[in-house]
Amino acid sequence: MYAALVFMLVFTGGFAVMSIEVLAGRVLAPYFGGSIYVWGSVITIFMLALSIGYLLGGRLSLRAPSLGRFGAIFLVCAASVVPLLFAAEPFMEWVFVRVDDPRYGSLLASTALFFVPTLLMGIISPYAVRLLVQDAHTSGQTAGFLYFVSTAGSALGVLVTSFYFVLWWEVSQILLGLALALAACGAAAFGGRGLRSAA
Amino acid sequence: MSARALLALVALAVGGAALADDLKIVYTKRSLYRNLLVTEEADRFCLSFRLRSGEINALQSCMYKADHDRLVFDYAKSVMAGLLLAPAPKRVLVLGLGGGSIPRVLHALNPQATIDVVEIDPAVVQVAEQWFDFKAGAAVKVHVKDGRQFVKQAVVFGQRWDLVVLDAFNGDYIPEHLMTREFLQEVRSVLVPGGALVANTFSTSTLYDSESATYAAVFGGFVNLKREDGNRVIVARHGAPPTIEQLRAASVALQPRLARYGVDYAAVLAEARTAPDWKRNARVLTDEWNPANVMRGR
Repeated sequence: MYAALVFMLVFTGGFAVMSIEVLAGRVLAPYFGGSIYVWGSVITIFMLALSIGYLLGGRLSLRAPSLGRFGAIFLVCAASVVPLLFAAEPFMEWVFVRVDDPRYGSLLASTALFFVPTLLMGIISPYAVRLLVQDAHTSGQTAGFLYFVSTAGSALGVLVTSFYFVLWWEVSQILLGLALALAACGAAAFGGRGLRSAA
Repeated sequence: MSARALLALVALAVGGAALADDLKIVYTKRSLYRNLLVTEEADRFCLSFRLRSGEINALQSCMYKADHDRLVFDYAKSVMAGLLLAPAPKRVLVLGLGGGSIPRVLHALNPQATIDVVEIDPAVVQVAEQWFDFKAGAAVKVHVKDGRQFVKQAVVFGQRWDLVVLDAFNGDYIPEHLMTREFLQEVRSVLVPGGALVANTFSTSTLYDSESATYAAVFGGFVNLKREDGNRVIVARHGAPPTIEQLRAASVALQPRLARYGVDYAAVLAEARTAPDWKRNARVLTDEWNPANVMRGR
């Protein structure tokens, strides 16, 4: 149960981060267009934020790791998505009138809008490794399976967002749905605090 | 695959025997966004955006060898309906260069006018100059930029045009951010009062309904020019929507000047409609909800 819950949360985290990446292109397009620079900015910022998130997640896992704290990370992730709903437009407006070059304009906007939520979601996987690893012998296997779950979630997040979600809902509705899903993950982790790791 | 085999495939795919016999690919260029192909036939050069399994995908723009100024495609002739609302524009904005045939004709008709052409793909500009006798200069300025970004900046700087031509919807992928209500509102606000917008858009698929609803929502109505080539051209105005009678009346004076470019306004306006022929409940495309590329396939 304990492991299944952690895998479910990691899957949702992987789903959310790539769903947001797909939507990032949509959010930036009205201001910075759909050129290759815009996608370059988005991917750069997501990769950079994730890399620092991994680092941070590893550090955090050293200090009294628990399912409750894991849940708190998800709640913070959920909260970090909310500003995208109302601050994105005014901020892009601000950048737009100041930065003429579409490369640096979109890079600045993606940094401000997406760096923090992506970094926070990068914390999830390494932290989950700490929650699940039982001994050094199986640690590689556990980490490998976690990457599998997380990245499979990301693949599904890209697919359903780009193929279906944009057809069914508005961009801000999808972002709100992702924030709610992350918050639900946080709540589930708190609810599961009584569960014991198999060890 | 040998070049000869490739050409044979192309010839097969193109079908029409008269065309296929002498169709040659004379230039290819891989750009940041697509593959550009220049094809040559007996009487013309054409620009195409890609070759897929031996088939030349929708020709973007063609130019007659013997007469560079004469428009080839029906849709390009329909675009000239914009001049009926702005017969002597001082400032023209063209979004999408292609082979440059539309800016060329607009410049030839109004040499004193400033024509701003916005094209996202620098390779298209290079091919237009190299193969399609397109020349940028003092009157015709090329801006290599995304159309949405250019227009948004123009809104900020308070720039205005008498005539805007929207011709960015070629190829396989639709730039969705150029189809939304917000974008059309921006376009409307860079038109002078009474200024005209002509847009080359889609005539098939469920996208037709939503796109029409979006233009109608922003411009209050428009003249719909459908042609057999699968494109349709929207003629709208900043101000009261144009009527077919107004266009017909204006065409009398302009026709003699346009004949030389292959434009016959009687043919352009033959299928003109103002009554909505799209689903009334079609949802307006916005920056928030805009599955244009998904809808196009349906």
